[in-house]
Amino acid sequence: MPQGSFTSHAMTEQSLHATDLTRTFGTRRAVNGVSLTLVAGDCLALFGPNGAGKTTLLRMLGGLLRPTSGSAAIEGIPLPGGAEVRARVGLVSHQTMLYDALTARENVEFSARMYGVENVRDAADDVLTRLGAASFADVRVRALSRGMQQRVSVARAIVHNPSVLLADEPFTGLDSAGASALTGMLAGLRDSGATIIIVTHNLEEALALCTAAAIMREGRFVRLDHAPIPAREEYTALYRELSVDAA
Amino acid sequence: MPPDSMVPRVLRRAPGFVGSTLAIARKDALIELRSRSVILSALAFAVLAITIFFFAWDPTAVASIDLAPGVLWVIFTFSGLLGLHRSFGVEQPTRAMDALLAAPVDREAIYLGKLTANLAFVILVQAISLPAVALLYNVPMGAYIWPLVGVVLLASVGLVAVGTLFSSMAVSTRLAELLLPLLALPFFVPVILPAAQATARLMNGRAVSEVSGYISILGAFDVVFLVVCTLLYPYTLEQ
Amino acid sequence: MKFSKLGVVAVLAVVCVYIRAIFFTPFDALQGPAQKILYVHAPSAWVGLYLAFGLVFITSVLYLWLKDPKLDRVASSSAEVGFVFTSVVLMTGPLWAKPIWGAYWTWDARLTLTLFLWFIYAGYIILRGAIDDFEMRARFSAVLGILGALLVPFIHLSVYFFRTMHPMPVLLKPSAPSMPSDMVITLVSAFFALTLLYAWLLHERYLLATERDAALEGRS
Repeated sequence: MPQGSFTSHAMTEQSLHATDLTRTFGTRRAVNGVSLTLVAGDCLALFGPNGAGKTTLLRMLGGLLRPTSGSAAIEGIPLPGGAEVRARVGLVSHQTMLYDALTARENVEFSARMYGVENVRDAADDVLTRLGAASFADVRVRALSRGMQQRVSVARAIVHNPSVLLADEPFTGLDSAGASALTGMLAGLRDSGATIIIVTHNLEEALALCTAAAIMREGRFVRLDHAPIPAREEYTALYRELSVDAA
Repeated sequence: MPPDSMVPRVLRRAPGFVGSTLAIARKDALIELRSRSVILSALAFAVLAITIFFFAWDPTAVASIDLAPGVLWVIFTFSGLLGLHRSFGVEQPTRAMDALLAAPVDREAIYLGKLTANLAFVILVQAISLPAVALLYNVPMGAYIWPLVGVVLLASVGLVAVGTLFSSMAVSTRLAELLLPLLALPFFVPVILPAAQATARLMNGRAVSEVSGYISILGAFDVVFLVVCTLLYPYTLEQ
Repeated sequence: MKFSKLGVVAVLAVVCVYIRAIFFTPFDALQGPAQKILYVHAPSAWVGLYLAFGLVFITSVLYLWLKDPKLDRVASSSAEVGFVFTSVVLMTGPLWAKPIWGAYWTWDARLTLTLFLWFIYAGYIILRGAIDDFEMRARFSAVLGILGALLVPFIHLSVYFFRTMHPMPVLLKPSAPSMPSDMVITLVSAFFALTLLYAWLLHERYLLATERDAALEGRS
């Protein structure tokens, strides 16, 4: 099978494919017909105003919410696919999802257990070292700085080697050192073939990192660009224009 | 050909049901052991109850074996409630629950894991209170200790089964701390009533056969509510 | 307030039955006039504890399966009406008990557990009040409804396990009813009349719930 570039989707296996994904809460359409195709190594930056449905979209792809209609598949397995799909996805957000009373290592090992990882101890060691968290692995999360906690949170999210990583505003609360560390981690993951979706308000960092960009508004994509993405200045102007509320 | 690091080192299937239940129970127990907040407040409550009942007691009017069952079941019920609120509360601050739900773990395993941890705390408090009451109220329990332990364990399973489920619901509502005891207490009565009656009869020297009816009701309650609560738990999660 | 056909029939039935109960049914030889509270107490218990909660149970199970909001509205309406009837049971019981047993209340099994079922109804209503999201409210209510209904058999069974002052069941017991036929007719008629009353109140409450939900959805 020939090596496809990231743009020839037909040749490379799709790691994430969504068609007309919709989610309603009562009469409100939080996600209103989103279609998307991503392959291994794609990194999609998802921008949009608050309330656009970005978090809801990610929660659906992560298996936390059922779609109301439409379809989606991760590595060919249709959503909601239960345990099979969830095993392939990792979730990161501005909340660390860590237990403050436990150490970094205990948190990552617990996550490994929840994903059925075989060699829990080694897997946790490995991922903590890779993310530069080995030096504080045995410190309780409560005692760590925000940047260190986010690092451990990413470790927790990727200890099971997910093919898809969903990151919902992961840069929140990080100082510039923390943010560049996180960018480095995400770039490393992207390069090793994971598919990443990052929801963020951080245009600069995201555009440097990502191979695709989308702007979401009122539940739908008003713009979706695969590589090459427009230059930063052009995109910034576009974003401002598209996300300002009419009237 | 996917890059090597994409070849999973991990089992591409959900972890075993019993394994994940125990892992979750162990995690909850570890968190509680670090902070000890529930155990300490439960024990403080037990000491308070024992002391207050003692001071409010006229030994010439009431024999200690008539007082002891009430003291025991007040302690068991209220200290049980203390632990329940924290059960799902611990998943709230950093939204750890999302990580748990995003994992391929069976939802029922989450419920049973937390139930196991809660049961362990309750049993720990009971293991301390029971001898304490025996000692301080001068009620020798040797003759009927095993049937008594059986009654207490059966009742505890019922209390914790219902309480853990309601804890999951209450934590997502306003008035969470009020709602948990309000919802749970009516369900506690069909457990406490037979359990306290059985305790009283055993302490009065009745034969075990006399309390078999109470034990049957406790057993029936446990079976019915364990099964139903396990089945209903996924419905307390966002769909 | 306009009365539907059902409302008219229900209210008429109730009025007729209680006229018969008060004026045209003989007194009980042992208990005298106080015994007539039976004609309010027992049918209210039937409606509040079994009929209303039974419907809450069925619609709760169906809601979790079908997710239809109409089912949730029926469940919550039945719970509120059932709460009222259970309150009537708890009020008429002591009124009857005082002249007959000498005490307003005893902690016997059936009374205690009926009281706690009343608490479950109250908890159900308060739970609904503590949740703003329609879907979560319906889901949680359904779970509570199912669990609460499962408690009712434990209540009924308890009569046979615990020593009780409460009169043993007179109609729904294995042998033939042990009341004179006049009184049986009044009692059975009272059951039907209160059942009709329940049906009417349920319907009215359901319509109110539908209107209210529609108004709230429109506003959001």
